[in-house]
Amino acid sequence: MSETAHGSSHHSAHHIDVKEFHPRARAAIHNPQVRQNFRKAMDGLMSKRKSAFEGWDLETLRDLGANIRMRALASLPDLLEQLEQKLTENGITVHWAADGDEACRIVRDICVARDAKTAIKGKSMVSEEMELNHYLEEQGIEALESDLGEYIVQLAEETPSHIIMPAIHKNTGEISQLLHDKTGTDLSNDVEYLTANARLQLREKFRNADVGISGVNFAVAETGTLCLVENEGNGRMTTTVPPCHIAVTGIEKVVPKLEDVTALLALLTRSATGQHITTYFNMISSPRKANELDGPEEVHVVLVDNGRSTIYQDDELLDTLRCIRCGACMNHCPVYTRVGGHTYGTTYPGPIGKILMPHMVGLDEGRHLPTASSLCGACGEVCPVKIPIPDLLVRLRQESVDGDKLHPAKVRGHGAKRSGVEAMIWKGWSWMHARPGLYRLGTSLGARFRKLQPGKVGAWTQYRTAPKLAPKTLHERMKERGQ
Amino acid sequence: MVDPIKVYPAKPSKVYFYGTCLVDMFYPDAGMAGIQLLEREGIQVIYPEDQTCCGQPAYTSGYHDEARAVARAQLGLFPEDWPIVVPSGSCGGMMRKHYPALFKDTSDEVAAAEIAGRVWELTDFLVNVCHITLDDLGEPTTVAMHTSCSARREMGVAEVGPKLLGQLKNVNLVEQVRAEECCGFGGTFAVRHPEISGAMVSEKVDTLVDTGAKEFVTTDCGCLMNIAGYAEKNQKPVTGQHILSFLWERTSSGGEPS
Repeated sequence: MSETAHGSSHHSAHHIDVKEFHPRARAAIHNPQVRQNFRKAMDGLMSKRKSAFEGWDLETLRDLGANIRMRALASLPDLLEQLEQKLTENGITVHWAADGDEACRIVRDICVARDAKTAIKGKSMVSEEMELNHYLEEQGIEALESDLGEYIVQLAEETPSHIIMPAIHKNTGEISQLLHDKTGTDLSNDVEYLTANARLQLREKFRNADVGISGVNFAVAETGTLCLVENEGNGRMTTTVPPCHIAVTGIEKVVPKLEDVTALLALLTRSATGQHITTYFNMISSPRKANELDGPEEVHVVLVDNGRSTIYQDDELLDTLRCIRCGACMNHCPVYTRVGGHTYGTTYPGPIGKILMPHMVGLDEGRHLPTASSLCGACGEVCPVKIPIPDLLVRLRQESVDGDKLHPAKVRGHGAKRSGVEAMIWKGWSWMHARPGLYRLGTSLGARFRKLQPGKVGAWTQYRTAPKLAPKTLHERMKERGQ
Repeated sequence: MVDPIKVYPAKPSKVYFYGTCLVDMFYPDAGMAGIQLLEREGIQVIYPEDQTCCGQPAYTSGYHDEARAVARAQLGLFPEDWPIVVPSGSCGGMMRKHYPALFKDTSDEVAAAEIAGRVWELTDFLVNVCHITLDDLGEPTTVAMHTSCSARREMGVAEVGPKLLGQLKNVNLVEQVRAEECCGFGGTFAVRHPEISGAMVSEKVDTLVDTGAKEFVTTDCGCLMNIAGYAEKNQKPVTGQHILSFLWERTSSGGEPS
């Protein structure tokens, strides 16, 4: 495929219409397997997180985490320059990508220069954002996922349904069937057996891969260190066995100092999987040195913007970029638990997806994302870096209906949800409720003629009885009391 | 970024009562119960006649000009420095937590922030300002409680309801599984995403029924009309009441609020 053709076309092949949220939600709600898989998994994750933080002063730790991330974002441009300088000094090649397509081309060019035909991948949500696998495939480069969850999702030709546990939508039986169909393993509910088989298959691929591609959890500016958090060892294999390692990361992942990583790591693993520490924590600071026995000959970092610098321009939306991708917001989200990750139709699902994806796909495409929340606040309550997710959802709802007199809308695709009818309804509502006399007249007429109240009120009465107007309003009763 | 520490005022002689539109139209008994509980504590209750709605429905729908116009009409209702008590975590949360942002950079910024600082969720006020003691006159019963998400997370009063119910010697409070999970109301969310909201409320009702309690109480009328409305439509064996109605009925010889 030519470079010009790549632009938007490689994305269209796997294109999911984000707007079709409702039909997907309905299907998920009525699928008992999906409901059960998510409920069970989320219940487990919530309780694990809770026990992991027992004995910790969680509020203080969250304040610390939030402060570290806010401080990093406050000097993001400087930190990125420092990071580039330190990485370069360490012998790591730095690339900048304005969007996912450019990042894909950079990865391809690195592969082509090395005549690389096979890539093994560690888990990376940014590479999902770039739709890198699909692109490399089109370029004749095999890209194999080595994280077990990602491997399963890739075999099933699906996308991750969770940012930490990509295959969480499948239970053991479904995974066993998939592995049986695709790799010929025996049907089994023995997780150890299934894992051991996947491990065997992957081990061979690691040995032969020309390139390893990974994500980054934290990029430390002062030392030029790339930190990678993982449990399976596949991250270490990916970044050390192939002769070339390419790390892709969003530009917001940078922190000033190595010591900043301690608090964020403590928060990340406990918030994500309820672990005190993951099995592996990799700190990558250079390619193989002359006196070293292993490690890649070349290390590259691709720093991907993809809409982040636009988010960065807004003082309120900026908080979106604090995210350390732990997934706790989705684990605790009553909506995500009901509909699962695929319903969102976006790379990042759940609460963080609802505040991040509108910037990437536009508020026109993502018009149903900000409203798909009861604003219960569970996400904000567990966020390890205190992103005010409910407030940002309200902000995006405001952007969706094109802002107000004080705050002109600015997010890409703003105003797409503004309908003449709804705007009229709110205008009328506002007009009446800003006029107390009129409000009292209206509500007391409602009370008097309550028998005429319709028994069906749109979608409300699909599941519930209509609320019943009282015979007298509180206003009337207080008036009778002489107040 | 860190929520300001809640500093409870000394018990005042007077309070403003902000009834909320849902209580006004659908659950005035809950409002009367709240007023009478306050009066029994020796507090004079002032009910500003010109109150309508806090503006939250338009606010959470993104229509902030419209929300501001309605909220602005409430700002002039509380001229004295008495506390403003609200029988709802949701409307209380709107006034306490969101008015400052809604009026930022307007001529009402100072007034909105001042009022926000005086807003209290009513059960919180009864426990932590009035230091109420309740004398249970009712028959033995078992109840479950659903604390609204706004009462729990915005107003931080999750422990208050159980404390009040714990004072009633004939009331056995049982806790449903996943008590802290949202019931699925969420204002316009319930009609914009009916299937998701329906799935949430159906699970909430199931967990309430599983406790064996025949009734539940809640801090908020939105949750009440959602949960009780679902139970009624689907003939589930549980009914609901605002916690204030429940408390008043059990502790007053008169029973029904007057």
